[in-house]
Amino acid sequence: MDVLALIVSTTIYSAAPLMLAALGGLFSERSGVVNIGLEGLMVIGAFSVIVTTLTLEAAGVGALSVWIGLLVAAVVGALFSLFHAVASIHFQADQVVSGVALNFLAVGLSVYIINLLYGSGQTAYIENRFYRFNIPGLSDIPVIGPLFFSNVYATSFLAFGLAFLVYYVIYYRPFGLRLRSVGEHPQAADTMGIRVIKMRYIGVMLSGVFAGLGGAVFAATFSGNFSATTITGQGFMALAALIFGKWHPLGVIGATLFFGLAQALGVVGQQLPFLSDVPPVFLLIAPYVLTILALAGFVGRAEGPKALGKPYIKGSR
Amino acid sequence: MLAGKAMHVAIPLLAILLGLLVGAIVMVITGHNPIEAYGALVAGIFGSSYYFGEMIRTMTPLILGGLAVAFAYRTGLFNIGVEGQLIVGWLASVYVGAAFEAPMAIHLPLSIAAAAVAGALWALVPGILKAKLHVHEVIVSIMMNYIALYTANAIIRTYLLIPGERTESIYPSASLASPFFQSLTEYSRLHYGFLIAVAACLFMWFFLWKTTAGYELRAVGLNANASTYAGMNVSRNIILSMAISGAFAGLAGAAEGLGTFGYMSILSGFTGVGFEGIAVALLGTNTALGVFLSAFLFGGLKTGALTMNQQTNVPTELISIVIALIIFFVASSYVVRLMLLKRKKGDK
Repeated sequence: MDVLALIVSTTIYSAAPLMLAALGGLFSERSGVVNIGLEGLMVIGAFSVIVTTLTLEAAGVGALSVWIGLLVAAVVGALFSLFHAVASIHFQADQVVSGVALNFLAVGLSVYIINLLYGSGQTAYIENRFYRFNIPGLSDIPVIGPLFFSNVYATSFLAFGLAFLVYYVIYYRPFGLRLRSVGEHPQAADTMGIRVIKMRYIGVMLSGVFAGLGGAVFAATFSGNFSATTITGQGFMALAALIFGKWHPLGVIGATLFFGLAQALGVVGQQLPFLSDVPPVFLLIAPYVLTILALAGFVGRAEGPKALGKPYIKGSR
Repeated sequence: MLAGKAMHVAIPLLAILLGLLVGAIVMVITGHNPIEAYGALVAGIFGSSYYFGEMIRTMTPLILGGLAVAFAYRTGLFNIGVEGQLIVGWLASVYVGAAFEAPMAIHLPLSIAAAAVAGALWALVPGILKAKLHVHEVIVSIMMNYIALYTANAIIRTYLLIPGERTESIYPSASLASPFFQSLTEYSRLHYGFLIAVAACLFMWFFLWKTTAGYELRAVGLNANASTYAGMNVSRNIILSMAISGAFAGLAGAAEGLGTFGYMSILSGFTGVGFEGIAVALLGTNTALGVFLSAFLFGGLKTGALTMNQQTNVPTELISIVIALIIFFVASSYVVRLMLLKRKKGDK
């Protein structure tokens, strides 16, 4: 039971940042813009939350600092994503190339600024990290309490809450319908009076908001400081989760939970008799291998939005 | 309309200028003197033969990585998996170089070939999936990068580890180290891998432009449907192109493993060569000569950044910013082209 509780809670908190970033990718890719830049947006989010929190803590704001940091990370993520949006939507740049440039720029710029502000390649540790806590009342429920409401992070609930909100918005609100139509058939959407360019800008900027939040949650929960190696591959793992989850919010929840489980087993695997013989590298590469298998159609075909990656030129057919 | 050739030169040059200009603006905003900094950067490339040797050493894997991206691009493929192919190539070359001792005439070619084959095999996965199942190669090759990184680390940790978190050093009979180059450059780490990179440039040019197989590859890249109609086997060409591209990337790993280091460490992250290779190929307009020249630029920027940092305190990350901006401006060349064309029209 203890081991099970440990696995479940580790799964959930490992999944939270991935879930947020993958939902960000969902907004962008559903609007038809490939977002390889999730990694860079997460870097910017991590950078923003740490710098904001350190600054506010120095000013004596205390425990609220890190929450304000999350907000700042979301806003800065949205602004930074404009770089990708302008290049890929307006300038008709190759969206993959533009995303690669964004990743490069994110690491370069954030470490450059860290160097200027603190005189070294990494920051100090923030004091007010997100810590585990037990939810009063709910954590006393037998079985469910220890599994889901003990030793939890507030940010995990934030991630799940937003995930279901995204599901509702994408599938049950006019905005979601418009966003999806722009990613499937922009010409048809344009004919119906939907402003393709505007929807794509919103899609990319929302990806900045969510990926920025994802990076911020990762930094403020796991690392507690920022350096060039704080975010290493989480953005690409989020991209993998988006594809494995077939560009669907519920699929993304499932995929990120699965990836979280792989990470959790890597952490607790040594304590489990049937897993202690499995080299940890297999759990490490599982998300990436599964994504390739999903794309190849072995785990159910993963088809992306039809207009994904194609710039929209008004009047073209 | 501006001639295609002139555009091929104008856009990269404009991108470099704009990248350096924005880099200068960033420095001004953050209280650094860009003239001093860029001066130190240039001094850090041409200031001594040691720096120059290190610069050539830095550009060697960039040439090969750039060729890998450019070669795939010619077939309409985007090989973003150079990083992973480089890692498996590095590991394979070091493994062969350290596993046994043999006469150099056998050992060195064998170690180099191991790297090329490993890189090619790694690139075959996205290649075959693209050709047979129409899976987009970008995502698959990104995933293959991570699989390569973690797997190589695990193999080193489990089977090849010696103190210092690295593999055994290779035998001298498999080494690309060059006493001759070193004596020319005040004992920089310049090695014979540079000659391999130059040969690879020549190979790419010759293969693409002087052979039938190369003609087919370019035809498939320009229009896959027309090529099918003309009787070419498109999926075979896609697989061949990815394999050759991966072999180039594997050779970049050999340059690191057999030339610069002589061993392989457990990597905490990517080397960056694969992603810089994308920049190199883009800026070099996917031609062999262009790749060579832009690898020279990026190699110079990376080497000079160290001196710039020592002398003027500007963080080396400024160069990552400049490189990112250059990629951005090349990628947005549509707008640049539009601007140039409008001006041309205005002249009339």
